[in-house]
Amino acid sequence: MSVPHKVGSVKSKQVSSFVMQDEEEGLDTAEGEEWMQGKTLVKPPDQLDLTEAELNEEITRVLKASNPNAPQNVVRYSFKEGCYKPIVFVDQMAIHFELEGNLVHKDSDEGRRLMAEQAEVDDGGGDERPDNVAIKAGKREQKLTNQFNFNERASQTINNAPRDISCQTEPPPRANFSATANQWEIYDFYVEELQRREKSKEKHEGQFLNKEEDRSKKKMIQAETQNDDISQLAMVVKIIERMVNQNIFDDVAQDFMYFEDASDEFRGEKGTLLPLWTFQYDKAKSLSVTALCWNHKYNDLFAVGLGSHEFTQQGGGLILFYTLKNPSYPEFIFNTASGVMCLDIHEHLSYLVAVGLYDGCVAVYNLKKKTDQPIYNSRASSGKHTSAVMQVKWQKDDLDSNHNFISVSADGRVVSWTLVKHELVFTDIIKLPVIDTIPDDLKDVIPTVGTSLDFHKQKDYSFLVGTEHGKIHKGSKYYSSKFLEKYDAHFMNITRVRWNPFHPDVFISCGWDWMVKIWDQTMKSPVFTFELKTSVTDVAWAPYSSTVFAAVTTDGKVHVFDLNINKYEALCQQKVVSKKTKLFNIEFNPVHPIIIVGDDRGHVTSLKLSPNLRKKPKEKKGQDLPKGPEVEIAKMEQLLSSLR
Amino acid sequence: MLACKHLIHDINNDNHTDMPEEMRVETMELCVTACEKFATNNESAAKMIKESMDKKFGSSWHVVIGEGFGFEITHEVKNLLYMFFGGGLAVCVWKCS
Repeated sequence: MSVPHKVGSVKSKQVSSFVMQDEEEGLDTAEGEEWMQGKTLVKPPDQLDLTEAELNEEITRVLKASNPNAPQNVVRYSFKEGCYKPIVFVDQMAIHFELEGNLVHKDSDEGRRLMAEQAEVDDGGGDERPDNVAIKAGKREQKLTNQFNFNERASQTINNAPRDISCQTEPPPRANFSATANQWEIYDFYVEELQRREKSKEKHEGQFLNKEEDRSKKKMIQAETQNDDISQLAMVVKIIERMVNQNIFDDVAQDFMYFEDASDEFRGEKGTLLPLWTFQYDKAKSLSVTALCWNHKYNDLFAVGLGSHEFTQQGGGLILFYTLKNPSYPEFIFNTASGVMCLDIHEHLSYLVAVGLYDGCVAVYNLKKKTDQPIYNSRASSGKHTSAVMQVKWQKDDLDSNHNFISVSADGRVVSWTLVKHELVFTDIIKLPVIDTIPDDLKDVIPTVGTSLDFHKQKDYSFLVGTEHGKIHKGSKYYSSKFLEKYDAHFMNITRVRWNPFHPDVFISCGWDWMVKIWDQTMKSPVFTFELKTSVTDVAWAPYSSTVFAAVTTDGKVHVFDLNINKYEALCQQKVVSKKTKLFNIEFNPVHPIIIVGDDRGHVTSLKLSPNLRKKPKEKKGQDLPKGPEVEIAKMEQLLSSLR
Repeated sequence: MLACKHLIHDINNDNHTDMPEEMRVETMELCVTACEKFATNNESAAKMIKESMDKKFGSSWHVVIGEGFGFEITHEVKNLLYMFFGGGLAVCVWKCS
């Protein structure tokens, strides 16, 4: 109870006494008095109006713990005693207010249960989305799979087997090095360096030009090394080119080596010519083949001279060297100023080629040199032929071991050319005799055109010259004024005379009068005569037999004869080129059984002789036939004797 | 020695080298840099050179820097440099695995 202090201590005492009294007395009076002291009295309307005496009257109240509302005389019937008995202890509790709480002890069952439920609720309330998934998953798990209608299958792909590979490379090269590093060594070195630098400085000051030279030298060296690289490549490329060619022409190569025409057995005497490679060159298309020559050392290499036979159509000329190993492109190409009429390859020095040109020049080419120019040319020197050179032939080296060759030309001269150092020295051998029909005053002017020349195989001083008028003159190198013999061979131009490679007395000639004639030099008239229906442009003896020869004609046919088998007819007359192409040259390969023919389109065709054309005389059982040239001579002799 | 001193900053001197030109120039520059940087400590200079060479040209380089030593080494061909620096130091760099 709050007592205002301003009342005073005395009054407070009074108040306190009043308070104490209150506890003993009744509440009402105390309250009244109390209110009276400090404040104005506010009387509630329903308060009893009492007099002061009544107000001061002390009423004693006693507080009890008993419930006034509780019944004080509760009586209950007791069945035991059978009467009503008063209950002494009556419940004295009076409930003023009751509120049921919601707290539960956590360890009780109820508590635990509630806690568990709450935990679930808490978790669910926190994350809604995973809850959904979880719920769904749960739902899915619950879905039962059909255990009867499906099965699991697994497979394993093949894994590649592992392999161990090891490799040992060559270690980089090593070298040893040793030195000492001292102060004096260093000093010495520096001093040397200094001296060197000073010297080079002097040089530099004096010669600035050198730098530029060095630079150009360096470039040169670089270019050279590049050239070396390319030239090394050239060898490889050549080999590959040949390989490719061999692959392309594989069947031809096989035929060349191995094919022997089996049908020859059934053909009786006749033989055939199997066409092998054709050699053509783009720039030679307008030119005609005028000369062919096999190389003796390299049996697959041959030379082709290209020019023109027509007087009106003269242009440049070409010398091409082909090898059978590369039929698509020539090995060597030489351009000449005028058409090539003839060429010859030296028998021993197979890189020397003598060439006779339409304008009367002779030239010698060296295949070993890379240049396009001949090493000797008769342009500059005098004594050059005034007309086309028809035939050149190499001779044996003369007494000074200089190479020399002989040429016959349309101006009627037979000239020997010697290769002396850097020039060709000419020596007139003989002049062809003029024709009787020409009037005397023109005899010096109009020459006898020599068209063919051949030297005897054994007696190489003896030679034959064929002329345009159809005469063959036999001469000797030792007689320069006169010919030894004269044969009236043909009516027209003689295109070729050749000695027989085996028999010393036999030679063959052919000409535009359609004839091929075989002669014995001792006899004035021919031993054999063959008529071939068109102009014969070339004839050649076979190197393997003394009785076999082949001729080519302007109708594109090759005629092969073997006198041992058939004295009157050719064993083979075969057209080897297309229509209207004339054949001009034929040559036998010294080793292989093939021939090459040149035509007026600039093409060279190679043909293989079938076995019938290459026959050796049959061996009788038990008899040992001697081989070699003697046999051939004997064969020829036999033939000749029968006709003499 | 006076004559040498003016060379110190002038030119790079190599007594014997087996390297291609480009590699040699680069290596010499590296050595000069390292020796100038660690003028008092040869070991650090050598370490710097060796590590740079290993990174640039492949592993297993060896470097010796000093004023007085003799040596006999086996080196891979085209991977040796023996040069002098600053009038008093010799540097030998070679590769050998």
